[in-house]
Amino acid sequence: MSKRMFLAAIIVILATPVTSMAVAADIQPAIVYDLGGKFDKSFNEGVFDGASAFKKNTGIEYRDFEIQNDSQREQALRNFARRGNDPILAVGFSQAAAVEKVAKEFPTIHFAIIDSMVNQPNVQSIVFKEQEGSFVVGVLASMAAKSGKIGFVGGMDIPLIRRFACGYIQGARYANANVEVFQNMTGTTGAAWSDPVKGGELAKSQFDRGADVVYHAAGGTGIGVLQAAADANKLGIGVDSNQNHLHPGKVLTSMLKRVDVATQQTFMEARAGTWKPGLKVLGLKENGVGWALDENNKALITPTMKAAADKATADIAAGTIQVHDYMADNHCPTK
Amino acid sequence: MEDVTLVVLILDSTVRLSAPLVLAALAGLFSERSGIIDIGLEGKMLGAAFAAAAAAAQTGSPWAGLAAGIAVSVALALLHGFACITHRGNQVVSGVALNILATGLTAVLGISWYARGGRTPPLGADARFLPITLPGAEAVRDAPVLGALYSELLSGHSFPVYVACLAVPLAAWTLYRTRFGLRLRAVGENPLSVDTAGISVPGLRYRAVICAGILCGVAGTYLSIAQSAGFVREMTAGKGYIALAALIFGKWRPLPATGACLLFGLLDAVAIRLQGTPLPGIGEVPVQFIQALPYVLTVILLAGFIGRAIPPRAIGIPYVKER
Repeated sequence: MSKRMFLAAIIVILATPVTSMAVAADIQPAIVYDLGGKFDKSFNEGVFDGASAFKKNTGIEYRDFEIQNDSQREQALRNFARRGNDPILAVGFSQAAAVEKVAKEFPTIHFAIIDSMVNQPNVQSIVFKEQEGSFVVGVLASMAAKSGKIGFVGGMDIPLIRRFACGYIQGARYANANVEVFQNMTGTTGAAWSDPVKGGELAKSQFDRGADVVYHAAGGTGIGVLQAAADANKLGIGVDSNQNHLHPGKVLTSMLKRVDVATQQTFMEARAGTWKPGLKVLGLKENGVGWALDENNKALITPTMKAAADKATADIAAGTIQVHDYMADNHCPTK
Repeated sequence: MEDVTLVVLILDSTVRLSAPLVLAALAGLFSERSGIIDIGLEGKMLGAAFAAAAAAAQTGSPWAGLAAGIAVSVALALLHGFACITHRGNQVVSGVALNILATGLTAVLGISWYARGGRTPPLGADARFLPITLPGAEAVRDAPVLGALYSELLSGHSFPVYVACLAVPLAAWTLYRTRFGLRLRAVGENPLSVDTAGISVPGLRYRAVICAGILCGVAGTYLSIAQSAGFVREMTAGKGYIALAALIFGKWRPLPATGACLLFGLLDAVAIRLQGTPLPGIGEVPVQFIQALPYVLTVILLAGFIGRAIPPRAIGIPYVKER
């Protein structure tokens, strides 16, 4: 008797979520963050902001998971898929292999990955045209540099970072054909993302050669670049998220990758039923990249500079300026 | 004049880059000359860097940061000592464990305390060791050559750099001119004879690892609150291992080890400055080649010029009083 009651209890417990799921016809999105966590003041936090905005606008709850080590990626994705969460968003290029594997196992669930490409019929790959955003900050850097010399510090020397550099140089040349650009990469291994000391030294070496503005695309290493710029009373340019607040008045602007927009968009599409697999490229036109203007850098951006940046943005969006993509042919047309 | 400035700037950056290496190599020197292998330099520096940044962020004082950095580094050193002096564990394993512990612990604590992806809050100027301008540096700046040398190279470094400069002669003097130094060297060569003379082997070795802890503490503090303005995950970026290599390079002697550290620092500084600058007669050199230069030179120097490095005889062997 008691055994039967126990069984009945279990059945009731098991049945509850099923029925509630049946009642709620809305989507059940889930997010797997990359290492660094939800509140990293950068990439992951952008996704969190987007998801929060989605929740506020639609009232739909989402689940999320912060991985603590590499082996948890696959596990977390599979857990969400098994529980019936749909769509599932994976943040960061390092999740590509895990997404590919789990997407094959659950062909009816929709997956999305930010910053990488996974070629599966149920995966949406969201990538950004970093070269376009870099172009615009290049225009600003070039106009802000009184010496006519600007710098770039990259993290690990990979095509993705060369794409940032190439866009930046094109933008700088567009604003001032004679501008001199120093370009440095921190290293060729993963340690190049977290070496603020070396980043600072690279920035100092560029300042010594006369650079006035230095743009970084180097993750944690870039913290050192911005610090060196602030210490030397020069200007830095942030990346990915709005880093203007790190050194108010010493960060010219930040190249924004609007992962919050991308997150909100993909969830909205899933809700509306217009979600499509395949490659989704977000550029200036789609509001996927941009540059930051807030009270911290208001004084640094003159009206002429703002006008030039806005014009470049409009021209790129309209297609009258074509920004070369380094990753298309592993080559940059301007040095 | 242009060339002089370039050379001075490279040397200046060499000093900045070598300082943590010198401190860590001296730390390794104390530990290894007493017979304790110190693979854990990296972990101690990392722990100290985190503690210093956290304490400086909390209190707003770089001195509190320095104290916290040294305290954490000494605590880690004592842990290493406890495992391999008291319990005669394998010293390499203990050192590697220390490194892994520091990597994980700093990240976990950083994320849970500050929720910035493992970074500590950025520090203001008051909470950091800022460059110190030596007296008269501005006055002599315009004097040819010597003025630049004094005002750029000697002046304008932060407190821990000057500590590193003083630590070298001090370490050499301690090791070769004091009773403690003599015993320390003896315990690394032949602990049995030291024991026979009635001196405690574990006591000496504990004192040696504490010295190592203090020096690593200063090195880590320098990284996070003098050279940068906050802690970033794994910010030591292999400097502990480079320092260890420099120690072996210098055959476990203070001055040659310092020389090796300066050489590594110089190569790093040159690599940073040469990146993207065309060389006369050669043109622009690929980035990868410049970055590989320090390692290539290390191999060449080790193979061709340094010769055999003989470690302290009792290194890595736990001392057992009697069977």
